[in-house]
Amino acid sequence: MSEILIKGARRYGEGDPVDVLVADGVLAEIGSPAAPEGCEVLDAAGQVLLPGFVDLHTHLREPGREDTETVETGSAAAALGGYTAVFAMANTDPVADNAVIVEHVWRRGREIGLVDVHPVGAVTVGLRGERLAELGTMARSEAGVRMFSDDGHCVADPLIMRRALEYSTALGVVVAQHAEEPRLTVGAQAHEGARAARLGYSGWPASAEESIVARDCILARHAGARLHVCHVSTAGTVDVLSWAKDRGTRVSAEVTPHHLLLTDERLATYDPVNKVNPPLRAEDDAERLRQALADGVVDCVATDHAPHAPQDKDCEWAAARPGMLGLQTALSVVARTMVRTGLLDWRGVARVMSERPAEIAGLPDQGRPLAEGEPANLVLVDPDAEWTVRGPELASIAANTPYEGMRLPAVVTATLLRGRITAREGKIG
Amino acid sequence: MRHLLTTENLAADTATAVLDTADELKRTLLGREVRKLPTLRGRTVITMFYENSTRTRVSFEIAGKWMSADVVNVSAGGSSVGKGESLRDTALTLSAAGADCVIVRHPASGAAHRLAGWLADTGTCVVNAGDGTHQHPTQALLDAATLRERLGGLAGRRVAIVGDVLHSRVARSNVYLLATLGAEVVLVAPPTLLPPGVEHWPVTVSHELDAELPAVDAVMMLRVQAERMHGGFFPSAREYSIAYGLGEARLRLLPEHAVVLHPGPMLRGMEISSVVADAPRAAITEQVRNGVHVRMAVLYHLLAGEGEQA
Repeated sequence: MSEILIKGARRYGEGDPVDVLVADGVLAEIGSPAAPEGCEVLDAAGQVLLPGFVDLHTHLREPGREDTETVETGSAAAALGGYTAVFAMANTDPVADNAVIVEHVWRRGREIGLVDVHPVGAVTVGLRGERLAELGTMARSEAGVRMFSDDGHCVADPLIMRRALEYSTALGVVVAQHAEEPRLTVGAQAHEGARAARLGYSGWPASAEESIVARDCILARHAGARLHVCHVSTAGTVDVLSWAKDRGTRVSAEVTPHHLLLTDERLATYDPVNKVNPPLRAEDDAERLRQALADGVVDCVATDHAPHAPQDKDCEWAAARPGMLGLQTALSVVARTMVRTGLLDWRGVARVMSERPAEIAGLPDQGRPLAEGEPANLVLVDPDAEWTVRGPELASIAANTPYEGMRLPAVVTATLLRGRITAREGKIG
Repeated sequence: MRHLLTTENLAADTATAVLDTADELKRTLLGREVRKLPTLRGRTVITMFYENSTRTRVSFEIAGKWMSADVVNVSAGGSSVGKGESLRDTALTLSAAGADCVIVRHPASGAAHRLAGWLADTGTCVVNAGDGTHQHPTQALLDAATLRERLGGLAGRRVAIVGDVLHSRVARSNVYLLATLGAEVVLVAPPTLLPPGVEHWPVTVSHELDAELPAVDAVMMLRVQAERMHGGFFPSAREYSIAYGLGEARLRLLPEHAVVLHPGPMLRGMEISSVVADAPRAAITEQVRNGVHVRMAVLYHLLAGEGEQA
């Protein structure tokens, strides 16, 4: 395997610049190693070296909606966004509720080789919430499924959720819940609040999320199980998580970049590029989420990268599908909302975008320290550069980004997966 | 005016100009044998209705025809919409076919805004004839015309809007227009039918209809849709009618001069009793009559008043 010398980067943006020699897929030497003959040199002066990012929540749309994203294009978007591992959600068509589908997705990820693609298995057959999918078979399959979720749907039946949590303890896997009490969100289109009411959107109340998170924390505690809460969106959920964690519940939680930055102020446009589930919330929710991510009450950032075809967004709001692209903008949104505001330093970014998600999913070779002998899953970030988001220029087939035309800080200059460059200067490989 | 999408940002002088034009048109047509003005000859107006409607669609159609516009009615059922065509494609098709004005009713809030965006590069103007639970601006304008006529003006007048405010585009349109024209609005409804954040609206809120009636100049009754009765918004039609329905006994609580409005269609015996609906102080058929003149005025300001600033 070829050797790479990363010159002059600061690990976690701290201390003096160092040179890092990557060889045989690991960090071979850190300090001032001599450049071996023929080795590739990455000039990283002024840049920040971090462990490669891990996304617990991605929609790669394969199989079923290859017109919007594939494992290949999604992997490219991930590599360009600084990711070395992504978790592909189960709401494909057919649903990833069996070993055949999860192994297909896993194998496609390996063939493409730009990022480790870990399929998420469905909790229930067909995401219908009625009976458990074969969690054990998926966990023991070649794909080695570590995380199960009906994301897009809530496992609403408390008995099914209880059983899933109990059953998961024998497998050492985590159940990730899309927390949305469906009886409270019938026909819901936008965050229930003053803005939606004035503009005539039917409301998605915060209580629909908070009541499920509270219930599931209680169920997980009684079952002795691990629970992961997907895309936390309200201030009230932060309170519930804080309470549950204080009493020792094994619960983790993620927040999306868009819930850190954007709010229901966007509703006035009626442009469904801003439609997402859970919906963009109010300013005080976003502020609380940023604080909770800094404090660790919310463990990590996950993109909920959700590509959609133009016809599913260029329509009236109610007819549009919820979701937005996220893989290539996540770091920049985190830099803007968390780093530039002083809420997180770059070591904190490594924690919320790499170390904690790797820990939650149980990935042994991701989110590792930047130390000699560790696997070379790395990302280099230029913290001072800025760029302008253009949907069609992103690697995804779909172009539905709410950040269109926005100028954002921090640019991924290179991503390395096990010592191999997967993205560099905005290009693959 | 380029489009008429909402009353929320409608300036007072624009609204007043439309109402004045409506009054003028009404006077002009009064007693005429042939109710036809040449004003919009050669202009094409297309109505696109994605929801059932009798009065609004007919009212716009008559308004266009009385001004000599060519009016074409498209309904979702009998068009390529039924074949799954997107709203955007339908709008661009109608514009390309020569529509000077598209009048749209759609179950999705914001549909008229989206349409105006898609047609931004064309000369076609858009009139919102009701979008979801958002707005129905010509209804508010015709209500204002009716109240002006009955009460002599709106400044300082107090209007109660009673019923399902949460799901009502009529309520939203009226709240903003009435506030702009200087009226006070009180919303009367059970808490389940009031929108979140209503404390930020230019209104006061009450749950007691009897307490409000003696002080109002007009009361606007909103229709209670059948599906609300099964949605747990209130226990029963009977209880709703007792608390928020306008019957003869309540009518006596109103001041002599006070007017009763209803946007229709009415559920007689539910939110309004049959006797009240037909009482002299009810202006319900006048609302319909004024609707035609107001919509003529709107079309006039959109299509004949080119170059006019609004």
